Amino acid sequence: MKKLNNTGQILNWAGYAVVLVIAPLVFYKGASLSILSQMGIMIIFALSYNMLLGQGGMLSFGHAVYAGLGAFFAIHAMNLASDHVITLPVSLIPLVGGCAGMLFGVLFGYVTTKKSGTTFAMITLGICELVHSSSLMFPEFFGGEGGITTNRVIGAPFHGISFGPQIQVYYLIAFWLLICTLGMYACTKTPLGKIMNAVRDNPERAEFIGYNTQWVRYLTLIISAFFAGVAGALSAINYEIVSAENVSLTLSANVLLFTYIGGSGYFFGPVIGAVVGVLLTTVLSGYTQAWQLYLGIFFMLSVMYMPGGLASSIMQNLQLVRHRQFAMVWRLQSVVIGFALLALTGFAGLTEMLYHRNFESDSGSAMKLFYLDCDVANATPWAISALILVAGLAGIHLLRPAMHARRLNAASAIEAALKKGSV
Amino acid sequence: MEFVLITMLNGLSYGLLLFMLSSGLTLIFSMMGVLNFAHASFYMLGAYLAYAISAQFGFWPALVFAPLLVGLAGMLIERYALRQVQKFGHISQLLFTFGLSYVMLELVQLTWGRVAVPYLIPAELNGALFTLYSTDFPIYKGFMMLVALAMLGSIYLLLTYTRIGLIIQAALTHPDMVEALGHNVPRVFMLVFGGGCALAGLAGVVGGNAFVTEPGMAATVGSIIFVVIVVGGMGSLAGSFFASLLIGILVTYAVALDYSMVTLLSKIGVSVTPSTPGYAVLNLTIASSAQILPYVLLILVLIFRPKGLMGKREG
Repeated sequence: MKKLNNTGQILNWAGYAVVLVIAPLVFYKGASLSILSQMGIMIIFALSYNMLLGQGGMLSFGHAVYAGLGAFFAIHAMNLASDHVITLPVSLIPLVGGCAGMLFGVLFGYVTTKKSGTTFAMITLGICELVHSSSLMFPEFFGGEGGITTNRVIGAPFHGISFGPQIQVYYLIAFWLLICTLGMYACTKTPLGKIMNAVRDNPERAEFIGYNTQWVRYLTLIISAFFAGVAGALSAINYEIVSAENVSLTLSANVLLFTYIGGSGYFFGPVIGAVVGVLLTTVLSGYTQAWQLYLGIFFMLSVMYMPGGLASSIMQNLQLVRHRQFAMVWRLQSVVIGFALLALTGFAGLTEMLYHRNFESDSGSAMKLFYLDCDVANATPWAISALILVAGLAGIHLLRPAMHARRLNAASAIEAALKKGSV
Repeated sequence: MEFVLITMLNGLSYGLLLFMLSSGLTLIFSMMGVLNFAHASFYMLGAYLAYAISAQFGFWPALVFAPLLVGLAGMLIERYALRQVQKFGHISQLLFTFGLSYVMLELVQLTWGRVAVPYLIPAELNGALFTLYSTDFPIYKGFMMLVALAMLGSIYLLLTYTRIGLIIQAALTHPDMVEALGHNVPRVFMLVFGGGCALAGLAGVVGGNAFVTEPGMAATVGSIIFVVIVVGGMGSLAGSFFASLLIGILVTYAVALDYSMVTLLSKIGVSVTPSTPGYAVLNLTIASSAQILPYVLLILVLIFRPKGLMGKREG
C-alpha cells in the first residue's frame, strides 16, 4: 500500500472522515438517519462496483449477487451468534459478508472473467438471474419470498453499544465505509490496480508485456466481490432482513445506474452517484409516485448530455476555476442551469397532474402542486406548466451553442497557457 | 405419446414467439452493436397498442398498425436520442436503452394503469384447430406459429432479394465502404432499429393476448431473449431461430415434468427422507427448476462455445 505522503490527500481523507462523523449531527430530523445509513451502504457497494466498471472496464449486470449472498451469510451468522452457536460481535459481521462475497467471487468469477466486453455483461446477467431464481428454489437457506429476518441486538451491550439504536448502526456503517473506501483507494494504487487499467484500455498490449488479462480480471473481481459482500452484510445489519430482492437484477441495475450517474471515470464518482441515487430513490419516492419516471429520464439525459457523469462535470468546472477561466463561463452556465430548472418545474408539474388524474382520480380533482392548490379538471394549471416547460426548453436550446463556444474558448485558453508554461 | 406431441407443439409455439422477439434484437445488435435493453419494452408497447386499437377497430387493424406505430416510435428514438449517444460508445448506448426501459414502463402504466388489461383473443380465432388424442390444440397457437413463420420468411426474402436488404447486409460488415458508395448509412441504421422494434411490437400483438397484457410482461421475457441471442450467436438470425426453438421446447418440457432425484432414487430402491443430507437439492423437481434452465444453458454455452451455436464472432 502506497503511503499517503501528500498533505492535500491527507486533508481530503480527514475531511471525508469529519463529514462522516458530523453528518448525523447535521441531518437528524425524521428519516434522515436511516437515509444516511442507506447512503453509506450504497457508497461501499457502488465503489466496489466501480472497481469493475471504472477500473477494469467490465460492465457487470450481476453485482448484486455478491452483495446479496454476502448478506445471506451475514444474517445466518447473526442468527447463529444470537443462538450462541458461535461467538461473534455484530461489528465484525461485515467481515463474514465480505468473505462470503469473496468466496462466490472466486466461484463465479472463474467463469465470468474468462471473457470481457459484451460476453462478460451477458454472462453476469445470466448468473444474476440464475442465483435469483435459485434463491426462490431453496427456501431453507434463502427464506423463500419472505426472506430471512434477524435481530441485530446480540448479547449484552459493550460500553453501552448494543447496535439497537439507529445512530449506533450508522456509526458502524460509517466506520466500515471509511475502512472500505481507504482499502479500495489503496487498491487503485497497487500494481494490480494499474495493470487493471492497462487491461481495460488495451488488453492486447497488456498480454504482450506478459500479463494474463483473465487472471487480472479475476483478481479484481474477487476483491470487488469482497467489498460488495461487506456492503451486503451492513445492509443485513441495517434492515435486519435479507430476501431474494437482495440478489435481484433490479439491485444490480441500480448500482450500475448510480455508478454511471456519479461518473465511473473518477474514484469518488460512485460516492456522488450513490448519494444522489439514494436521495432520488428514497426521498423522491416519499414525495411523488412518479419517481421512477424521473429517475429513468434523469438517467437517459445524463447518458446523453453528461457521459462522464456528475464527477466529470464537477472536475471540468474545477479545472476552469484553477486556471482562472471560470469567469468566462459561469454566468451563461448558471442561466442555462436556471432554464433547465424552469423546464424541470414545468415538466414535474405536468407529470404530477397527469399521475394525479390517472391514479388518484377518486380522491377528487383538487391537488397540492408545489404547495399551491390546483385543480386538474381545470385547463389553467396544465397550460401554465406547459408554458413553463416550453420556455425552459427554448432557453436551453437558444443558449446551449453559446455556452459550448465559451467552454471551448476557455479550454483552448487553458491549453495555450499550459503551452507557454505560465501556469 | 399424447404428452410428447402436445408439449412439443406448445414448446414450438413458445419458441416461435421468442424468435419473433429475438430476431429484432439480434438484427439491431449485429447492425449497430447496440444491445437494446428496451427491446422487451417495445414488445409490451406493441401489446398495449394492439389492445387500444382492437378495442376501437378490431384485431386485424391492430395486427397491422400496432407494429407500425411501435416501429415509428423506435425510429424516432434512434433518430433523436440514440444517435446522439453513439459517439460515447456502445456501453453508453446500452445504458441509454436501459434508462429507456424504465421510462417506457412508467409511461405504459401511466396510460393504461398498473393492472392487466383485458386484451382478448379475437372470436374468429377462438376454438380448437385440431384434436390430438384427447387434447385440443387451439387455433390461436397455430396462428401465432403462422405469423412467426411468415415473419421469418419475409425477413429472409427482404434481406437477400431486395436492394435495401443487400445494403443492410453490406452495412453489417463494411459500414464505411457502404457510406463511401453514397448510401445513407445512418438512415439505414434508423430503419433497422425501427424495423427491429416493429418486430418486437408484432410479437406483442400476437403474444399479448395469448399470455397476459400487463406492465410486468416486459420483465418476464426481457432476460430470456438475451439468453436466446447469446446462445444462438450474437448477430446470427438463423442461430437465434434455432436457439429460440431449443429454449422454448426445453422450458415447456421441463415445466411439465414433475420428477426429482428423490423419484429416481426411490425407483432404484434407495429411500430418501427429509433428514438425508442434501435433501433440498434432491427434492428439487425438474418443473420447479425450469426457469433456471435457460440461464444454465447460457452459462454452459458461454464457457464451451462463446461464439454461440451459429455465431461467427465473439461478442
